Amino acid sequence: MAETIEEKKQQIIDDFSMYDAWLDKYEYLIELGKNLEAYPEEKKTEDRLIKGCQSRVWLDYNVQDGKIFFAADSDAIITKGIISLLVGVYSGRAAGEIASDDFGFIDAIGLKENLSPTRANGLLSMINTIKALALKNC
Amino acid sequence: MRVDELRNMFPALAASVYGKPLVYFDNAATSQRPRSVVEMLETSIYGANANIHRAAHHLAAVATEEYESTRDAVRDFIHAASREEIIFTKGTTESINLVSASFGEAFVREGDEIIVGEAEHHSNIVPWQLLCGRKGAKLKVLPVDDAGHLQISALADLITSRTRLVAVTQISNVLGIVNPVKEIIAISHAKGCPVLVDGAQGIVHDVVDVQDLDCDFYAFSGHKLYAATGIGVLYGKRKWLEQMPPYQAGGEMIGTVKFSGTTFGPLPQKFEAGTQNINATPTLKPAIECAKLMRDPELAAEHKAVREYLYKALTSDPRIRLYGLPQRMEDKIALFSFSVEKAHHEDLALILDKMGVAVRSGQMCAEPLMGRFGVTGMLRASLAPYNTMQEAEFFIRSLRKAIEMLV
Repeated sequence: MAETIEEKKQQIIDDFSMYDAWLDKYEYLIELGKNLEAYPEEKKTEDRLIKGCQSRVWLDYNVQDGKIFFAADSDAIITKGIISLLVGVYSGRAAGEIASDDFGFIDAIGLKENLSPTRANGLLSMINTIKALALKNC
Repeated sequence: MRVDELRNMFPALAASVYGKPLVYFDNAATSQRPRSVVEMLETSIYGANANIHRAAHHLAAVATEEYESTRDAVRDFIHAASREEIIFTKGTTESINLVSASFGEAFVREGDEIIVGEAEHHSNIVPWQLLCGRKGAKLKVLPVDDAGHLQISALADLITSRTRLVAVTQISNVLGIVNPVKEIIAISHAKGCPVLVDGAQGIVHDVVDVQDLDCDFYAFSGHKLYAATGIGVLYGKRKWLEQMPPYQAGGEMIGTVKFSGTTFGPLPQKFEAGTQNINATPTLKPAIECAKLMRDPELAAEHKAVREYLYKALTSDPRIRLYGLPQRMEDKIALFSFSVEKAHHEDLALILDKMGVAVRSGQMCAEPLMGRFGVTGMLRASLAPYNTMQEAEFFIRSLRKAIEMLV
């Protein structure tokens, strides 16, 4: 039985709470980034780039049976780790479920406050792109 | 003077970030302020806050004296021929925009050309692009070689009878190499072409003598030179400034105003429309004193040792690619832009930040130069004389740890 969206989010919150220091949390994000499923080179196109990120972030998706499957990549590894969190939680979920989600677990792990304002904006751009895609496919 | 004595003059350097001592290596973006600058700001707000040049009352006289004596201090600092050649602006960017708008209006026509260096900051590219767009003129580029040196030998051929101005930086904010601006100016003048020097970084690192350089314009900011933000200087030779129309209008820059027409005031007021940054401008005086103090031989020797240590550490690590490799070590300032194989500059900056090290990452307002070296961005450590060897060693250790985390 697959985890629910809430279970998956709670698991990330638990994982993050194991580390006190932010350097260790970065280390964890780097591991996630390195383990993110390979993203096809030919899909690193201009139209898949998320605007507003400091590093380049590509997001691709396809819809099957009302569920959205995401694939993503970035040339920066910590960013890739952050995307990995988002893809892990939202990929394979129903469009309606994603569109109505509050993405609150990002706040719970303190990610926004620990990124510089420009990078926090990048994170917001990723979230908004995922939401917009979900809404479009509802 | 010892470095720790100098550091004591800069309270911001004692800060902690994330519980770790701050290592501030982003001085090329903005420097920290000495206590004397903050005290001057306080004096000028509490003791001399009145609008200058116009009122008859005592406070206005004091404010005018503080403001105008700053002009004398700047004139002396860059050895301009006269105080009328010193125009206060809000920074390097506005100084360059003033020249592109006003000199451009007077002297640039359709089919003319402006030359800029390949390593310029966006502030010394985009104003010229806008001017060229308005006038139907052409922007030409003086290239840099792989090591980061301007290809001076190409300059004489690049200048034609249609070239109206050469705009070039004294020290690139990415490459940290002192350009031979005196030679550039001589070559340009020999072909009848004036030169604007972007001194945003140069003013901090070099003794600048605008008469010896013979530059036509020299632009710099206060905030990189330890003064308050929002103030800058444009030096211009009188012969040009007198022929140039006003940049903005209003306030004390006028002669007489009638609905049938207006005449303009003499230099420098002609270019200082509206109420200037009268509170912050006087901070240039203590800032200049501070910059002079940093030329102390003991401080200079320590700064040189730190610079050479970092150059060696960064060039001896095969994972690191340093941009701006000088032919002569004395031409390299303590500013190091680099990239690391298989590690993104954003990741490195993020990790270094958590270790307390403040560096710059990204395109550093020089996107064409990033393209020239085939990168999307770089990491930059830029030091001031108040940075210590201990900080430099900590930075290198932190950088190595960050690389190990990422690669």
